[in-house]
Formats: sequence, C-alpha cells, structure tokens
Amino acid sequence: MPEMIDQIFVLLKHWLMAYVPGTLQPIASAVLSVVPVLIAFPLLFAITTVLERKGLGRMQNRYGPNRVGPFGILQPMADGIKSLTKEDIIPRTADQAVHFLAPVMLVIASFLVYAVLPIGKNMVIANLNTGVLFFFAVGSMVELSVFMAGWSSRSKYSLLGAMRAIAQMISYEMPLVLASVVVIMAAGSLSTVTIVNMQASYTRIWPHWYVFTPWGLTGFVLFMIAATAESNRCPFDMPEGESEIIAGYYIEYSGFKFALFFLGEYLGMFATSAMAITLFLGGWAAPFSFLTWIPSYVWFFAKLLTIIMAFIWIRGTLPRLRMDQLMNFAWKFMLPLSLINIVGAGVWHFMPAGFARWLIVSLLVVVSCALLSRGLRRGKSFYVRTYRFAS
Amino acid sequence: MTISFLLLAAITITGTAAAMSLKNLVHCVLALTLGLVGLAALYLRLGAQFVGFTQILVYVGAVAILAAFAIMMTRSAEPSELSRSSSIRFSGTLIALMVFAVLAWAICSGTSALQVPGPQPEASVHQIGLALMHLFVLPLEVIGILLTAALIGAGVLAMDETRRAQ
Repeated sequence: MPEMIDQIFVLLKHWLMAYVPGTLQPIASAVLSVVPVLIAFPLLFAITTVLERKGLGRMQNRYGPNRVGPFGILQPMADGIKSLTKEDIIPRTADQAVHFLAPVMLVIASFLVYAVLPIGKNMVIANLNTGVLFFFAVGSMVELSVFMAGWSSRSKYSLLGAMRAIAQMISYEMPLVLASVVVIMAAGSLSTVTIVNMQASYTRIWPHWYVFTPWGLTGFVLFMIAATAESNRCPFDMPEGESEIIAGYYIEYSGFKFALFFLGEYLGMFATSAMAITLFLGGWAAPFSFLTWIPSYVWFFAKLLTIIMAFIWIRGTLPRLRMDQLMNFAWKFMLPLSLINIVGAGVWHFMPAGFARWLIVSLLVVVSCALLSRGLRRGKSFYVRTYRFAS
Repeated sequence: MTISFLLLAAITITGTAAAMSLKNLVHCVLALTLGLVGLAALYLRLGAQFVGFTQILVYVGAVAILAAFAIMMTRSAEPSELSRSSSIRFSGTLIALMVFAVLAWAICSGTSALQVPGPQPEASVHQIGLALMHLFVLPLEVIGILLTAALIGAGVLAMDETRRAQ
C-alpha cells in the first residue's frame, strides 16, 4: 500500500496514457509530465511569498500581511490581481524588443531547469545522461536575460544593477559548479536520477547521503552559499539593493512583467535548492530507513521547504555585503576551498574505508578553511560597532 | 533533412546573419547568441548531449556576456561611421568567402562527406570521460596548466592595482 501511494502520480499518468491514441502518445506524455510541475512550483512561489513576509515580519517585531483572508494567507491572490491589472509601462527610450524578451527568457530558463530535477521516485520529466550539466547550462541563460533587462531599459539604475548582478553571478557560478563536482566524482554520473539512487540506500537506519561525509558537508555549505548569491538573495542582494539602486535591473518594469521577474527569481531559488537536495541531501530519499513508508515526493518538498525556511531566516538575520567583500569572498575563499574539496573527495575515494580517511579529509578541509579565512582577515581590524541612537 | 533539422538550421542561419547585418552592436551579440543556441540544438539533435550543453554553458553563459561587457565598456552601442563604409564591407565579404571556400573544400575532400553505414555512434558522457582521462590525458593536463596560469595571471593583474594605490 505505501508503494502504491508513493507511485500514485506515476500510476495516474499511465492510466491516463492508456486512453490516448498511439500517435499522440509522445505529446500527451510530455504534457502530463510538464503540467504538474508548471502548476506545483508557481503555487509554491505563492505560498513562499506569504511565508517569507510573515516570517520576516516576525523577525522584525511586526505582524506582516494580515488583512487578506484568515491570517493574510490570501495575500498572493491580491498581489497577483494587482500586478495583472496594473498598467504596463515601457520607457520611451527603451529598446522595445529586448525589453519585452528579457522577462520571457528569464521565466523560460527558470522553468527549463526543472526538467532534470527528480521530484519523487520515478518522477522526473527527462532523465538525461548529462542532467547536472543541463542544469548549469540552462541556468547560465539567466545571466543573459539579466543583461538584456538591464541594458534595454536605458536607465542608469538598471544598468548598474545588471552589472552588479552579472559580476556576482559569474563569480559565484564557479564555486557552485566546483562544489557539485565532488558529488559527480563520487556518483560517477552526471544523471540526477543516478545520483539520487546512489544515496537512497541505508546502513542499518542511517542513509548514504553525500552530506554525511567531510567533503559532502563542505560541498553542501559552499553550494548553498553560492546558491544564495546566484539567486540574488540577502546577504548577497547587492544587485537589487533597495537603498542604493532601488530594484536593480528590473526597476523599469511594471505590472505583470515585474511579477515575472519576481517569479523567475524565486523559481531559480527553488531550482538551486532542489539541486542541492538532489546532490547532497539524498533527493526524495527518506532520512531514516524506518520512514520509507512516507511517499518520496513528501520528503522532497519537506526538504525544499526546510531550505526555503533557512533562506528566509538568513534574509532576516544578515546585513548586506559590500561589493569588494563579495568579490573577495568568492575568489579568495570559495574558489580555493572548493578546489581543495575536490582533492579531498579524490583522497576519500582512493583510501580504504574507515576512521583514517574521515580524519585525513576532515583535517584537510578544516585546516584549509582556517588558513583561507585568516587570509581573508589579513590587514583588517574588527571591532564592535556602536550606534549612537540604536543602543 | 527532417523538419527539425531545417528549423534549427534556419534559426542558426537567421541568428548569424542578423549578427552581421544589424546596426546596434548589442543586438548583434544577442543575435549571435541565438545562432549559437541553434548550433547547440543541432548538436543535441545529433545525439551529442555533452557537446551541446557545453556549447550553451560556454557560449551563452560566458562568451556572450563577455562580448556584451566588452562592447559596453569600450564604446557606445550606436552604429559607427566606420561600419557603413563600402571598403570595409568589401574586404569583409572577401574574407568571409575565402574562409567559406577553405571550409567547404576541407569538408568535401574529407572522409566525413561519405555516408557512414551502420548505426549512429552514441558518444556518452562516460566514454568522453574515459577518453579524456586515458587517451587524451596530456592535452587535458596542458589545458589545465594554461587555465590555472590564466587564473593566477588575472589575480596578479587585479592585485597590482591595489598595491600601487597604497
């Protein structure tokens, strides 16, 4: 019975496919796989916006949205109606075609990456041989759409925002890819489905997730930091720093196009979080062997919501980084550490299993982390800042 | 010559042709990106997933952005007087024709023009990885050293400026 509940969506699809004539089957199969994803993740976006505003409100000692519906949970509906009925203003000097294409391309790229993410057991749109490579390749198209949006608006603020965003995304894409290389080395495959299957077994009750190894933990932390920067979220929200350049590259957009940018940003965040889950946290696999009766997609979304909660928490806690801090952190800390982590994964692979490799790889990572952070701190003095009116 | 091939070829040719003929340089870069995406899709159609996705990762994610940045930092995106003069056009056409002639000659005289019988060879990522690590390990190492040198060189260039400022 748990097996059937686990596979209910797959069985439902097969049942529906039996009613489709043979020639239409490839198209029908694609539609039946894609449409649930196109519904589920924008819905998650709607839920996340209200959760984020409520959570941030709590952290900042205020209520957050509480007017629309019970406890303000219908707020996304109101936001959607508002952005749909707003006037769509295009600046007179803007490059009309590029200005229109930028949000479209962003949303297309953001949705395309979901093709390779396994949401549950046997629940992936396309099991590509090169799934991880596809994810990063399509993800890099986002940068181009950011550039298009910033350049076509013919506004200094949007151009500045686009410059910052692209510089940040290019800098943090290297640690993002290098941090995931360790998992590819361990799994010996670029296919996301294979990577999850490798992690979905247990020793007694404990799972074989890659995060429970020294290189896996380092890779996961590096991946999440780089993912935060890639999705332009706090503390890496320089590109849209509200107090400096208002909203960055999409300031000249209004109405529904603005909402599309918002949607694209959140979809990108969900996608990178889902990739982190796939690579390090065992994808849809249950955390303990006695919990496998809970359906796989429940585990996937539970992990996703946990990571989203961490994102919201970080946004409510940390202040924004400066540009030089951002770049120094990416090039002097993240990049060397992710390269050393790859060496660590190699050492782990060739040493016999046991306590010795745990010790050596952990030492390698911890020592290099300490040395690199010393290098970052060099020549700087730190002191507790006092605020005249806030204390 | 299926419909998908014709469509992708049309996209590629339109993109590259627009890259040459459009007035605004940023538009040219975007059109060139379209052409490169079309090329990547052609690779994918041939079953070369790794090459296709690497093409998108490198050319759309890095080279197009680099070109856009280079244009924006060096000059304005407005069309210049130079690009309209006829002598430039003439020499450009001449060079393009010469390159095309050499490539066409190489393709026609090569063995690949002959129809290869049998099943289409499937180049999986696994095979590419094995080939890189066994047969082509020396070129791989050389490229690795080159890229490391470039990375360190970029770091040194960036560092020099702060040293001078102090």
